[in-house]
Amino acid sequence: MSGSSSRMGRSLLLLAPLFLFLMGFFVWPLFSMMSQAVSDPAVLRLLPRTAEIMGDWDRESPPSMPMQTALMEDLKAVDDDQALGDMVRRLNSARSGFRTLMSKTTSALGDAASPPPDLVSIDKRWEKPEFWIAIADALSPLTDRNLLAAVDLGRNSAGAIEHLPADQSVNRVILVRTFWIAALVTFFCACIGFPYAIIAASLTGWKRDLMLAAVLLPLWTSLLVRTAAWFILLQEQGLINDFLRAIGLIDAPLALIFNRTGVIIAMTHVLLPFMVLPIYSVLITIPKNLMPAAASLGAPPIRAFLRVLLPLSLRGVASGGLLVFISAIGYYITPALIGGPGDQMISSIIAFYATGSANWGMAGALGMVLLVATLLLYSVYARLSSDEPGRR
Amino acid sequence: MPMKIAKLTFALLTILFLVAPLIAILPLAFTSSVILTYPIPSWSLRWFEELFFADAWRRAIINSLIIGTGTTLLATVLGTAASLGLRNRLFFFRGSMRTLFLLPMVVPAVVLGVGMQVLLARFGLINSYAGVIIAHTVVAIPFVVVSVTGALAGIDERVELAAQSLGAAPVTVFRRVTLPLAMPGVLSGAVLAFATSLDEVVLTLFVAGPNQRTLARQMFSSIRENISPAIAAAAFLFIAATILIGLVVVLSRSMLERRTRPAAS
Repeated sequence: MSGSSSRMGRSLLLLAPLFLFLMGFFVWPLFSMMSQAVSDPAVLRLLPRTAEIMGDWDRESPPSMPMQTALMEDLKAVDDDQALGDMVRRLNSARSGFRTLMSKTTSALGDAASPPPDLVSIDKRWEKPEFWIAIADALSPLTDRNLLAAVDLGRNSAGAIEHLPADQSVNRVILVRTFWIAALVTFFCACIGFPYAIIAASLTGWKRDLMLAAVLLPLWTSLLVRTAAWFILLQEQGLINDFLRAIGLIDAPLALIFNRTGVIIAMTHVLLPFMVLPIYSVLITIPKNLMPAAASLGAPPIRAFLRVLLPLSLRGVASGGLLVFISAIGYYITPALIGGPGDQMISSIIAFYATGSANWGMAGALGMVLLVATLLLYSVYARLSSDEPGRR
Repeated sequence: MPMKIAKLTFALLTILFLVAPLIAILPLAFTSSVILTYPIPSWSLRWFEELFFADAWRRAIINSLIIGTGTTLLATVLGTAASLGLRNRLFFFRGSMRTLFLLPMVVPAVVLGVGMQVLLARFGLINSYAGVIIAHTVVAIPFVVVSVTGALAGIDERVELAAQSLGAAPVTVFRRVTLPLAMPGVLSGAVLAFATSLDEVVLTLFVAGPNQRTLARQMFSSIRENISPAIAAAAFLFIAATILIGLVVVLSRSMLERRTRPAAS
C-alpha cells in the first residue's frame, strides 16, 4: 500500500509547480480583470470623511453643513493629482459638469488667504442634491455600472435599470457585430471545409496527403505572416485587383481591404483548418462501404448523402463550427490590421479601453462578457468531443 | 464524370486559397522597391539587410530569441513534470487538472492580456523580460502538455515494470526508460512552445515595454503604421522556420511511432 501512496505523493509533487504557476499567472489575472469590472474605489479612496457622513443623508434634502465641511476637508487632504483626476473622471461620467465644478472648487480651496466658509459659497451648484447623489452613488466600493454599461444598460437617478440613450449605446452594436462576423466566418468555413474534408477522406495516398498538407501548412504558419499575406493580396495595388483588371473583369480596383469583405476573407482563411480537421477526423472513422450500400439499395447520391453521410458526420461539423466560432469571437489581430473602423470586434474595444483610455472597469466588464461567452461555448464543445468513444 | 471534375476543381481551388497567400508574400522579400506591391522592379537583399542591421528589427529579433528561449525552458519543464504527474490514474482531480492546463488555449488573448497587465503591474513585472516570458509560458503550456501526455500514453507500462522488477530504482527507471521513450514528445512540445512564443502578439502588446518588443510585435506595428517589404523578409524567415519546425515535429512523431509500434504489437 505504501507504494501507491508514495506514487500519489510523487504525482502531487510533479503537478504542483504547474498548478501553482497557472493559479498565479492564469486564474488570478482573470479574477483581477473581473474584479476591476466591479470594483470602484476611485472616489471612496479620496473621500473617507465624506463617506462616513453621507451614510445618513436622505438623498433629497439640500446638503448639510457637516457634509460640506467633510468634503472640503477630504479635498484639501488630496495630494495625489492622478488620483484626483481619476475621481473627477468617475464623477463626471455619472453627472456632467463635475469637471468644471471640481476644478473651481479645488482652486478655491487652495487659496490660503481667504478660505471659503462652505462649498455653496464657492459654487451655487453645490446646493443641488444631484451632484451629491452622484458622489453618494460613487462611494460604494462595488459597482454594477460597468457590467450594465457593457450591454448598454444603466441606472437612472432612482436606481432602476434602463437602456442607455442611443448615443451612448455602442457596446451592443459591437457585440452583435462580433457574433455576426463570427457566424459569417463559421458559415463560410463550413461551406468550404465540409466538402473539402469529404473529398480528402474519400481519397488515398499522396492525393490525400497533399490535401491535408495544404490545411496544415497555413495552420503552422505564423498568424502575422498570414495576415501580412492577405494585406498584400487585398490592397488596392494587390494581386487580386491586378489579376481582375488584367482579365478585364473590372476597371477600377475593388475595395477589399479595411472593410468587412477583407476581414471575412482573411479570417475564413485563418480558421478554415479548424473546420476541416475535426470533420476529417470524424469522416475517416465512417466505414467506406456505407455509401455504396445505400446506392445498391437504390438511394440516389443526394439522398444517400442526406440520410447516411450527413447524419454520421454532423458531430464533426458541429465541433468544427464551435471551434471556429469560439476562436472568431476573440479575434483581435486580423480585424485590427485588415478591418476598418466599422469592423472592429469586441477584443479591439477591450484593448482600446485598457491601453487607449485606461478605463480598466469597462475593459474588465467587456472582457467578462467575452470570457463567459467563450467558456460556455467551450463547455458545449468539450462535451461534444468527449462523447466520441462512447457513441460507437 | 462531371461530378469528378467538379470535385477536382473545388479541391484545387481550395488548396489555392489555402496556400497561395503564403507563396505570394515570399518573392516580395527580395524586392528592391520600397513599396510592398507587384511587379518587382529588380531583385535585392536590401530588406534582409534592413532586418538584420536596422536597430528596431535587430533588437526585435534578439528579444524574440531571448523570450522564446526562456518560454521554451519554463514551459517544457513545468509541462513535462505535470504530464508525468497526470499519468497517475488514481489521482482524483486528474480530469479537472487537465482541463485547467488546456484552458489557456481557449481563453481569448485580449481577456488574458488585460488581466495580466493589471496583475504584473502589481508585482512590478510589467515591461520586463520576466513578465513577457511568464505571459508567453501560460499560453505555451497547453501545447507542451498535449504533446508530452500523448507521448507518455504511447509508452507500454510493462517496460517500466520490467525495469523495476530487475531492481532499478524509480529514478533510474525514469532516467533510463521513461524519459528516453517520451523524448520525442518533449522535444516537439518544446518546439511548439518556442513557436507559440515567436508568434505571440496580443499578450506582448499588453505586458511588454518598448525594450521587450518582439519580432511579431514589431511586425504588427509595422503593418499598422509603415508597411515596408521588411515585413515580407520577416515573413520569409518565419515561413522557412515553420517548414523547419514542421519537419522536426514530423520526424520526432515518426520516431515515436517507430518506437511504440513494436511495443504495442
